Amino acid sequence: MSATTDRTPDPASTPEAATGTESRESVRRRRAARPRGAKQLDSTALIYLVLLGVVVVSAVLTAVEGRNFFSQGNVWAVLTAMSVLGLISIGQTLVILVGSLDLSVPYVVSLATVIAAGGMKGLDSNLSAAVFNTLVLCAVVGLAMGVLVSVFDVHGFIASLGVGLIVSGYLATNYQGSHGDASPALELLGRSGIAGVIPTAFIILLVAAVLVTLLLRYTRLGHHLYAIGGNREVARMSGVRTAVPVIAAHVMCSLLAGLAGLLLLSRTGVGLPTIGSQGRYDLLSIAAVVLGGTLLAGGKGSVVGTIGGVAIFAVIDNVMGVMQVNPFLKDFVRGLVIVLAVAVYARRSVVRRPPRFAGNRPSLPIPGSTTKEETA
Amino acid sequence: MSTATSSPETPTAGRTLPLTEGSLVQRLVRGAITPGGAVFILLAILFIAVVWVNPSFGEPPQLIRFIGRTAPIAIAAMGQYYVIVSGEFDLSMGAVIATQVVIAGNYIGEDEGRVLPAIALMLLIGVVVGLVNGLGTTILRVPSFIVTLGTMLALGGLVKYLTGGAATGNPVDTFREIGRGGIEDVPVLDVLPYSVIILLAVTAGSVWLMRSPFGRTLIATGDNPDAAGLAGAKVWWVKTRAFILSALSATIAGILLVGYAGVHPSVGAGYEFQAITAVVLGGVVLGGGRGWVLSAAAGAFALELLFSFLNFQEVESTWRNSVQGVIIILAVAASARAWSLGRRPPSRSTPVTPAPSPTSARPGTETGEN
Amino acid sequence: MRHKIHRAPMAVASALLLGVFATSCSTEDPTDSTSGTDESSETSESPAAEESPEGEQEWFDQELYDTQFEQRSATFEGDAETPYLQYIDGEMTDTADFKAKGGQKACFANASISNPWRQTGWITMNQQLKDLQDKGVISEMETRDAGDDDNTQIADIDYFISEGDCDAFIISPNSTAAMTDAVERACETGKPVVVFDRGVQTDCATTFIHPIGGFAWGIDTAEFLIDNLEEGDKVVALRILPGVDVLEQRWAAAEKLFEENGIEAVDYFTGADPTEIKKIITDELGKGEVQGVWMDAGDGAVAAIEAFEDFGADYPVMTGEDEMSFLRKWEETGLTGLAPVYSNFQWRTPLLALEKIFAGEEVPKEWVLPQTPITEDERADYLEANDGMPDGHYAKFGGEDLVGYPEVWQERQIP
Repeated sequence: MSATTDRTPDPASTPEAATGTESRESVRRRRAARPRGAKQLDSTALIYLVLLGVVVVSAVLTAVEGRNFFSQGNVWAVLTAMSVLGLISIGQTLVILVGSLDLSVPYVVSLATVIAAGGMKGLDSNLSAAVFNTLVLCAVVGLAMGVLVSVFDVHGFIASLGVGLIVSGYLATNYQGSHGDASPALELLGRSGIAGVIPTAFIILLVAAVLVTLLLRYTRLGHHLYAIGGNREVARMSGVRTAVPVIAAHVMCSLLAGLAGLLLLSRTGVGLPTIGSQGRYDLLSIAAVVLGGTLLAGGKGSVVGTIGGVAIFAVIDNVMGVMQVNPFLKDFVRGLVIVLAVAVYARRSVVRRPPRFAGNRPSLPIPGSTTKEETA
Repeated sequence: MSTATSSPETPTAGRTLPLTEGSLVQRLVRGAITPGGAVFILLAILFIAVVWVNPSFGEPPQLIRFIGRTAPIAIAAMGQYYVIVSGEFDLSMGAVIATQVVIAGNYIGEDEGRVLPAIALMLLIGVVVGLVNGLGTTILRVPSFIVTLGTMLALGGLVKYLTGGAATGNPVDTFREIGRGGIEDVPVLDVLPYSVIILLAVTAGSVWLMRSPFGRTLIATGDNPDAAGLAGAKVWWVKTRAFILSALSATIAGILLVGYAGVHPSVGAGYEFQAITAVVLGGVVLGGGRGWVLSAAAGAFALELLFSFLNFQEVESTWRNSVQGVIIILAVAASARAWSLGRRPPSRSTPVTPAPSPTSARPGTETGEN
Repeated sequence: MRHKIHRAPMAVASALLLGVFATSCSTEDPTDSTSGTDESSETSESPAAEESPEGEQEWFDQELYDTQFEQRSATFEGDAETPYLQYIDGEMTDTADFKAKGGQKACFANASISNPWRQTGWITMNQQLKDLQDKGVISEMETRDAGDDDNTQIADIDYFISEGDCDAFIISPNSTAAMTDAVERACETGKPVVVFDRGVQTDCATTFIHPIGGFAWGIDTAEFLIDNLEEGDKVVALRILPGVDVLEQRWAAAEKLFEENGIEAVDYFTGADPTEIKKIITDELGKGEVQGVWMDAGDGAVAAIEAFEDFGADYPVMTGEDEMSFLRKWEETGLTGLAPVYSNFQWRTPLLALEKIFAGEEVPKEWVLPQTPITEDERADYLEANDGMPDGHYAKFGGEDLVGYPEVWQERQIP
C-alpha cells in the first residue's frame, strides 16, 4: 500500500519529480535489511528524542496540574498502559516488516481472554494447561492468516480483516458477556511488580522485545523477514522460501496478541469477548508501529522503535488523563499526533538519504516486481 | 506493467483489462473471467438466492428500493475505488460521512433557505478533507493508511466535541427528500428514488472519468508511480485528486444517508471498511493499478445482497461477521488466482511482460500478495 | 537441494522460538503456584471443551427477575418531585465515620460518554456538581474517562487510589465482573465508594445506585407489546450489541415473555446505527408483515418508524425510550407506543449521595431509583417540559432545578 509515501521519497524537489525512485528505494531497503547500520540507529534515536520531548512537555503539564509525572503511581500507570499495546505492537511490527498487516489482533486478544479464563476456572492447577491451549489456539489463528497471505496470495489487509471478522462472529455467538475466571496466580501476576514502580507486565513486554530483537538481528528467519518485506520477489529469487517467514511472522503476531490477552486477563480476572475491540488495538498498534519508524510497506524498522512509539502514545494518553481533556478531544489529539509525528520521520528519512544513491540506480528488471511491493 | 506507458498504441488502461478487442461476446466472456467481471456473476448468484428465499424481493418496487438504499455504500465504494486503484487507502470515509450528517442536522435545522448553502459547505469540507489526506500522503510522505487514520480520529473527535456527541435533530424534510424521497407514480417501479438517479449519475460520471486521461493516469500511477512519473504524470496531484474524489463521494453518501437514516452520530460508522470490502469484492487489487470502477459498485451491491440474504434467512445476528469474513477471504483468494492466471497467457500483440521470472515454478506467484 | 538445507535449520529455529514464547509465559505466569505444573498434564483439556455455548439462558436470572417484577410496583421513600433521591426501603449504610467538614474531593471513574444517554447524564452530573461546589460540600471532582475500555478503567481507578488524593470515589463501571477487583481496591482505601449504573460483584461499596433494572425494562415493554398485539403477531427486536448485562437483561426478560405469550420475536444487533436499523426493518417488511417493534434502547427508533413509512406499511406497536427523538416521532405519527425509561436522572444521585455521606447521614446500601415508563398520556407533558432540547436528550434527565437549565442541555455543553 501507500506506494508514493514509502516508495517515492525523492529528495528535496517536488513530488512530481519522483522519477524512478523505485529501485533506489529497493537498494535503501536492502541496506536497511542489515539491521545494525548506523542509519537505523539514527532513526531510532530520533524516535526516542521525540519521546523525550513528549515526556518533558508532559512532565511540565502534569506539574501545572499540581502533580508529579515521575511519581511512583504515575510511572506505574504509564508502564502498565504500555504493556498490552506494546506486546501487540511487537507482533504487528513483525507482520508489517514482512510486508503484511494484522487487523485481527483485537479479536485474537479477546479470544485469548475467554479461552484462558474458561480453561482456568479460577484454579491455579489449570493455569499452565489453559495458557498452553490459549497460545496454541492463537498460533493456529495466526497460521491460518499466514497461509492465506503467503500461499493463497490474499492481501494481509483482507486476510486479517476476514479472519478477524470470523473470530468476532464466533466470540459474539458463543460468549455473551464475561466468561470464566482467571487463576489467582495469574491475577497476582497482574498486580505484582518491582518496588511498586515497574509492573511485571512491563517486564514481560521487555523480555518479548529483547527476544524478538534478537530474532530479527541474529537469526536467518529475522533477516529473511527484512528481505521479504523489502522486496519479496528479490528475496524469493535470492533463494528465500518466502512462505515460511510470512507464516512465522503471522504466527508470532497472534501469539503475542494472545500473550497480551493473558496480561489483560490478569488484570480483569474474567474473560471478556469484547476487550480487544474496546482497546482499538488494531489501528492503534499499526499507528504505534509506524510512529516507531517502521515502514508500513515493510522491510525497514525495529522493535526498539516500536516500543518508543508505544511509549509516546502511553505518555500522551497519560497526560491527557491528568489534564482531564474532553474524551472527544483526546481522539482529535491522537489523530494529530500520529500524522505529525510520522510526517517528521518521513521527511527526515528523505533528507538523510545519502547522495551517492541519487545517480546510480542498479536496475532490477524483474517484470512485475513493482506491483509486489505496492501491495506489500 | 511499465511497458504499457511506453507503447503508445496501447491505451494505458487497456493493458490492465484487455476488453477492447474482439467481438462483444468475446469481450463479455473474457471480462467475466477476470475478478472484476466475476463480481457480476457473484451478484447474479446472490440475487437469485435472495429471490429464491423471498420472491417478493424481485418485484420492481422492492428492487428499486433496494437499489436506492444501497446507493450510499455503492457511491462510497466508487470513491474508495479511486484511492485504492491509485495504490492508497482512505480510512477517513466514515468520519467524513458522520461529519456531513451532523453538519446537515445542526446547520440546516428547520431553515429551508440553508439547504443549498449547506450542500456547498459540505462539498467544500469534502474537498478540504480530501486535500489534507492527499497532500499528507504525497507531500508529507506519510503512508495514506496513517494519514487517513489520523483524519478519521481527528475529524470524528472534533465533530463530537463541537456538537456534544449528538446532533440537534433532523434537518428539514426538503433536504431529507434527496435520500428518502423519489419520483412518485412511475410505471412498473412505483417510485423512482432520487438516490437511484444520483447513483446512476455518479456511476456515469465515474465511468467517464475512468475513461478520461485522468482515469488512465490514475491506474498507471497505482500500477507503477515511478513509471507514471517518468511518463510525465504529476503523481502527487493525481493521487490528491483521488483522495478528493473519495471524500466527495463520502459527502454524497452522507447527504443520501441524512435522508435515508436521519441524523445520528453513528451514521457512517464502519463505512470505510465496508467500502474497502466492497471494492476488494469487486476484484480491485489493494496496492493499486488494477480493477474497474463499476466492479467496485457491484461489490457494494453484492455485499448488501449478502446481508439481505442473511436477514431473510434469519441467520443469527452474531454469525453475520463470520459469514462476511469467509466471503471476502474466498473472493480475494479466488481473484488473486484469477488475476495471476489472467496475466499469464501472452495473447496480446504487444510484448508485455516478456520474461517470466526465472523462478516462476508456481503459476501466479508473480502477483505477489495481490 | 540447497534451499532445503537452508530451510531445515530455519524451521527448527522458528519452531524453537515459538516454543520459547509459549514456555516463557507459561513459566513466568505461575510465579508461586507449585502445583500448577504437576497437574497440567491431567487437567489439560482441549479448548473446545470450554466452548459449550451457554445461549440466552445465561442472562436470565429468575430471582432477579422476580425481584424487579415486584419493585416495579414498590413504594419509594422520599418526595416524588425529586425522584433522584427516592429509594426503596432496605438495608442502610451507616456513614458516621465519613462525616467531614469543608469541601471534599470526589474522583469519578467514568466508563465513557460515547452514547447520547451517557452524554445527557454527564451534563446533568456536572451541573449538580456546580450546585454542590457552591454549597461547599465538594471542592472539586476529578474525572477520568475510560473510553469504553475495561482495561483503561481499571488503570483509572488504580491511578485515583495512588495519585488522586481523593476523599471519595464515584465509579460508573464499564462492565460488571471485570471491574470488581478494582472497586474492591478502592474500598480498601477506607474512603466512601459510590457505584452507579452497572453494578459490580462486591458489596463493599458504600452505596450502589441504579434504577430498578433491565428485567423491569423487559417486563414493562414486553407486557405492553403483548397487551397490544395478538398471539402469533411478529415483533422485530432491535438490540444494540451483545454482552452488556444491562442490555442483555432487558432482552432476556422480554424474550421470555414473548415466548410465553405466543409472540413471534426475531432479534438483531444494530450497533444503534440508524442505517442498519432501517435496512433490517425494510428486509423484515419485505419478508412479511411486522406488527411490533421492540428496542433495548431507543437510540435510532426514528429510523425504525421511518422504515415503515417508506415501505408503506402500517405503523407498528412499538417501544422506544424516553429519548426526545422517539417522543417527537411518536407524537407526530400517533402510533401505539411506550417509552420505557432507564432513569437518566440517576447521574445526579452519586453526588447527592456524597453530600449525605459527608454529612454523616445514612444512605441505602443498594439505592434503587424509580424507573417508570412514559405512557401516551404523559407524553405531551414531557414534550412540553423539554421543548427546545436536542434529539439526543432524555426526557427524564431530572435536572430542571439545576443551574444552567435549560441552555446547558440545549446546547449540549460537555465539559
